[in-house]
Amino acid sequence: MKLNDLASAGAQQIDYQQVVFDYALHADQRAAAPVRHPVVVVGAGPIGLALAIDLAQQQVPVVLLDNDHRLSTGSRAICFSKRSLEIFDRLGCGERMTAKGVSWKLGRVFLQGEQVYEFDLLPEEGHQRPAFVNLQQYYVEGFLAERAAELPLIDVRWKNTVTGVEPQGDHVLLTIETPDGPYRLQADWVAACDGSRSAVRRLIGQESTGRVFKDRFLIADVKMDVAFPAERWFWFDPAFHPGQSVLLHMQPDGVWRIDFQLGWQADPEEEKKPEKIVPRVRAMLDASPFKGTEFTLEWASVYTFACQRMASFRHGRVLFAGDSAHGVSPFGARGANSGLQDAENLAWKLAAVLRDEAPDALLDSYAREREMAADENIRNSTRSTDFITPKSEASRLFRDAVLHLARRHDFARRLVNSGRLSVPATLHDSVLNTPDADAFEGAMVPGAVAADAPVAEGWLLRGLGGTRFAALVFGSGEAAGRSAQALAGADRPIEVLRVPLDAAHALAARRYDAREGTTYLLRPDQHVCARWRAPTAEAVRAAFDRALARA
Amino acid sequence: MTATADHLTTAPNMPSPDDFYEALIDAHQDLTTEQSHAFNARLVLLLANHIGSLPVLREALAAAREH
Repeated sequence: MKLNDLASAGAQQIDYQQVVFDYALHADQRAAAPVRHPVVVVGAGPIGLALAIDLAQQQVPVVLLDNDHRLSTGSRAICFSKRSLEIFDRLGCGERMTAKGVSWKLGRVFLQGEQVYEFDLLPEEGHQRPAFVNLQQYYVEGFLAERAAELPLIDVRWKNTVTGVEPQGDHVLLTIETPDGPYRLQADWVAACDGSRSAVRRLIGQESTGRVFKDRFLIADVKMDVAFPAERWFWFDPAFHPGQSVLLHMQPDGVWRIDFQLGWQADPEEEKKPEKIVPRVRAMLDASPFKGTEFTLEWASVYTFACQRMASFRHGRVLFAGDSAHGVSPFGARGANSGLQDAENLAWKLAAVLRDEAPDALLDSYAREREMAADENIRNSTRSTDFITPKSEASRLFRDAVLHLARRHDFARRLVNSGRLSVPATLHDSVLNTPDADAFEGAMVPGAVAADAPVAEGWLLRGLGGTRFAALVFGSGEAAGRSAQALAGADRPIEVLRVPLDAAHALAARRYDAREGTTYLLRPDQHVCARWRAPTAEAVRAAFDRALARA
Repeated sequence: MTATADHLTTAPNMPSPDDFYEALIDAHQDLTTEQSHAFNARLVLLLANHIGSLPVLREALAAAREH
């Protein structure tokens, strides 16, 4: 089918794993000389689709190339964080993702059948989106593809495989293989969202390096009718799978994700066979209150992983986002979630550079900010992996000591690490931030993602628009009036959102440590870049220009 | 090294060191070597939490490595 058919089929129940998109000959393939495009995105996975939608919403035309013609096969990435849902809200498909996904926030950790620890990822009220939803990657890609189909500025080309990437000074020359033979395109900018085995990365002679973990894991998706709660359950050394770990998650449609740690010696081909998987699932179920429950195997995969990244996410006019740029272990759901944050960081910067509102140095800030975020994700996921799969006798000794102490002692529960779940990186050291000149308390420091809160009209983040700079001005008295005047006087395109200091906005005021006149400047990706108690027009102008790397 | 909250105290700090040492050895009584290792690991974690200060713990880790 065509991408547009997907949009018109929206109301029906679609099996996204069965959708096959048609390759179509594009006029560019017959052009006498390579046609020039502002942005070519390589890879129509979740990150490439999100980036293309974000760019199109900012009026940037996008050519989106994919070497395949299908959406994700298998559930793959299933845990989408609150921040990812907020990004999907900006992209116009957050409601669908949330409605279809299984919302959860509670995790339980068991040692040999006994619960040692539980955690609540969103212990406070007053956020529109849940801490996490579990949703099969094919739904995420399907919903994104349907949203992309609504945007005429996105030109998706299936079965278009990039085979050449030649930097040419003011553009990049791409060679693309298709069923009708090769053709060439010129791109002002190339965004490589083509996954962990990125062809673009290889074609420019770069690599992603780091630490490979010698362990194997089996993912089994099984369909069954059981009343497990929508929680994340993690077992260390359970009797039904001794010496290893097991992770259970609920997905939509009565599908359950079970991850079995297998150890390095396991034979991946053998372990993928249903006759090996079924007894493992049977043993797990029979150790639960759902003994004897029937199930069917939906999908299985055996995987290994590495924590690694490229040294730089920007190489001239080629930018890397998602798994092409960095890889993490799956514990913590920091893969797809961080890739979506890459995409939203990159989109507004590319748009600003293409509109000549910012120098291309702004794209260096993309690389630095997201490299720093990748380091944070790699650090967290490496620590989780070391806890879950200890690599030495001493490491195992302390791991087990923590788990045993956790039964009785609260402090040890804090050390139990079955995955530190994805939260957006705070870009503390970004050159785009204006350091505080006034005193503030709380988490909304320059570089932080703006926290959501209820407002009279719904939710704070939804009021921000999402493609432009925005300012929050707290209060409705004289001081707030002066702040609003300073914003107007700055003569910069900034959407102003007024937040009264009343009972309906008490949570917002608390989260932003707001007083009458307090003003926050937010980037289009909803990160705080400056804040003041009483801004001047000059200060706002300077902060805005700094956030666009004009300074 | 001065004994402040941010530094490891290595100067004598126990009123009755022999009593402590006896208690430590007694605590290991009847344990297999494996059980003793597990005991020590739990003990390290309990004491580390009691100390709390990461700079102090890092100095202790470094001092223990020196031998």
